[in-house]
Amino acid sequence: MDFLNALVALSNFVLVPAIAYGSQLALGALGVTLIYGILRFSNFAHGDTMAFGTMATILITWGFQSVGISAGPLPTALLALPFGIAVCAALILFTDKTVYKFYRQQKAKPVIFVIVSLGVMFIMNGLVRFIIGPNDQRFSDGERFIISVREFKALTGLREGLAIKTTQGLTVITAVIVVALLFYFLNRTRTGKSMRAYSDNEDLALLSGINPERVVMVTWLIVAALATVAGVLYGLDKSFKPFVYFQLLLPIFAAAIVGGLGNPLGAIAGGFVIAFSEVTITYAWKKVAGYLLPEALEPSSLVQLLSTDYKFAVSFVILLIVLLFKPTGLFAGKSV
Amino acid sequence: MTDTARNTLYFAFIALLIIGTGVFSSWNSALFILNFGLISAVMALGVNLQWGFAGLFNVGIMGFVALGGLATVLISMPPEGEAWAAGGLRVVLALVLGAATIVGAILAYGALPKGRTRAIGMIVILIAGFFIYRAVFDGGVQAVEAVNPANAGYLGGLGLPVLIAWPVGGVLAAGAAWIIGKTALGLRSDYLAIATLGIAEIIIAVMKNEDWLARGVKNVVGLPRPAPYEIDLQNDPGFVERVSGWGMDPVWASTIWVKLIYAGLFTIVLVGLFILVQRALHSPWGRMMRAIRDNEVAAEAMGKDVTARHLQVFVLGSAICGIAGAMMTTLDGQLTPGTYQPLRFTFLVWVMVIVGGSGNNLGAVLGGFLIWWLWVMVEPIGLGLMQVITGGMAEGYWLREHLLESAAHMRLLTMGLVLLLVLRFSPRGLIPEK
Repeated sequence: MDFLNALVALSNFVLVPAIAYGSQLALGALGVTLIYGILRFSNFAHGDTMAFGTMATILITWGFQSVGISAGPLPTALLALPFGIAVCAALILFTDKTVYKFYRQQKAKPVIFVIVSLGVMFIMNGLVRFIIGPNDQRFSDGERFIISVREFKALTGLREGLAIKTTQGLTVITAVIVVALLFYFLNRTRTGKSMRAYSDNEDLALLSGINPERVVMVTWLIVAALATVAGVLYGLDKSFKPFVYFQLLLPIFAAAIVGGLGNPLGAIAGGFVIAFSEVTITYAWKKVAGYLLPEALEPSSLVQLLSTDYKFAVSFVILLIVLLFKPTGLFAGKSV
Repeated sequence: MTDTARNTLYFAFIALLIIGTGVFSSWNSALFILNFGLISAVMALGVNLQWGFAGLFNVGIMGFVALGGLATVLISMPPEGEAWAAGGLRVVLALVLGAATIVGAILAYGALPKGRTRAIGMIVILIAGFFIYRAVFDGGVQAVEAVNPANAGYLGGLGLPVLIAWPVGGVLAAGAAWIIGKTALGLRSDYLAIATLGIAEIIIAVMKNEDWLARGVKNVVGLPRPAPYEIDLQNDPGFVERVSGWGMDPVWASTIWVKLIYAGLFTIVLVGLFILVQRALHSPWGRMMRAIRDNEVAAEAMGKDVTARHLQVFVLGSAICGIAGAMMTTLDGQLTPGTYQPLRFTFLVWVMVIVGGSGNNLGAVLGGFLIWWLWVMVEPIGLGLMQVITGGMAEGYWLREHLLESAAHMRLLTMGLVLLLVLRFSPRGLIPEK
């Protein structure tokens, strides 16, 4: 029984949150890695793209709520999501036309692109704060829990409860659907194949008649969708605050690099590696250890390896280790 | 127009901006802009060393600046004897143990044969070291933070003159830069950017949460100053008599006088550093750096150790940012880790360097002053603009309220726009590299 209790406590505080967080990171990292593979630069504006897409979704959600449209037990934001993606895509395509295209034609060095993306990040960040303000926004509605602690305890008779928030379940399901669609697109459709060809070898792709501008456009569209979905899921699960989205940049980059920049499969694996490390290292293990260890050995302290204030340090240290020992990442990206 | 004439014109314009602020607003705010302009110029020199000379992209300037600020506390505040007695030595011992663990792991990495033995050996050393470190550290920290938490609760500093903190801030920043450079240099250029972004966030997190070090978000106030206090000047009959003789109000004169002393100190640092980096730029070392920047492969073929040179210039540039950070905290008279924002301390400095002219030291200094002035002025200008736009709207109309409230975020938009426009239409900046 103690073992089961430990398992439930572990799932409640570590596994479930980490899986949800990992899915969000994976979606974010997929966007970063796609831009890196096709456009060949690290997009510092990605966190703020997520914030912008989420903001658009939130505004539309509020609009829906005020006229009484809802998705029943599911959050209304799901209905607003396609519109949010469209707004975000429009902004991104506009940025590409006015900003990035020029440097592409100049064949500028990647580091110039990075600086330019920094400027774009400023502007997007400014736009978001200008429109919705820098404060916390909650926009989650509908059913809060798939199963709550009390229900779980009543159901199983265990001392520990397991709660699964609707948003957590939703995150995982959405992430699986999005990733499946993305891989189907990249591996099966003509456009997807041309994107991969362009990423592998630009010159050969051009020779075989692939239109680079079209590839770039499709990439931005996919990135807008991924960023908005990731941002909305994160916002539903926690809350929306522009500065937090900027800070998400670090774990997202870490996830993309750990998996191997430019490799979509790696981005997903990297997202989960980062999320699980972050949650396990900042979790206080006292409860789980209390169930598993004999009474004499029961720990007196919280058994928390690092305080949650340092959760960014975890992704950073993983990033450093990967850079030191395997700079191409776990799944051999195209870096170095 | 020759280069010299153009540059003179630019700096005359800056002088005009500052003097104009003095005439139209107040001399106190003019000197405030001047002092922060001087500090910004020093930061811009440091970043120019990294970006302009060597093409290294550092997005963690905030972290190095904050380390400089930390140095002022560690050097100039009086030591807290009671806290040291309670657990100071234990904390220091823990830090030494932590460092020993990492050194031990690195030694083991070199000594053990490649393969599974090495991996397991290192993991064992690191995990064991971590637990020993935490066991020693936690007790010490609790003891230190329990001593007079309202006013102290930290170890204090060394009680040395605050000016010593400036070079020490540089050394601290250089140390952090060395660790980052050692891991991220020699790989893709983006990796350095991401690694510096991370280290900056972590430095700020440490400063916010480690109360025993510098009181965290409880802030350290009342740092010793290199200049006299205004109130002392006002009570000094000699000073009052002299300024009254010139027909000035002693209170006003004392604030101006203190700011002028700071301006003098900062000017000395700026001019000194400027001469040094200017000499470096025109030395064989500077030419080598630019050669590496322009073509790494060719430079490597000529026998230059690209990664080692990059590491060198990265550490030097970060050290300058650390010095600037120490200067800034000295001017503020307090260390407030909560106020370190990446926008203000990283990206603003980038805009300064790029607008001024990357690769040109004079340009960096110019950019430092110009963008700092813009930064201070954008908010009132933005608010004024919003008031004009919303002038026709009814009082209390939601859009009007919203626009007026959001005027504060104009800074982000403006800075981003300035950066993009300069990069696009004048990528070499106001004073281009020769």
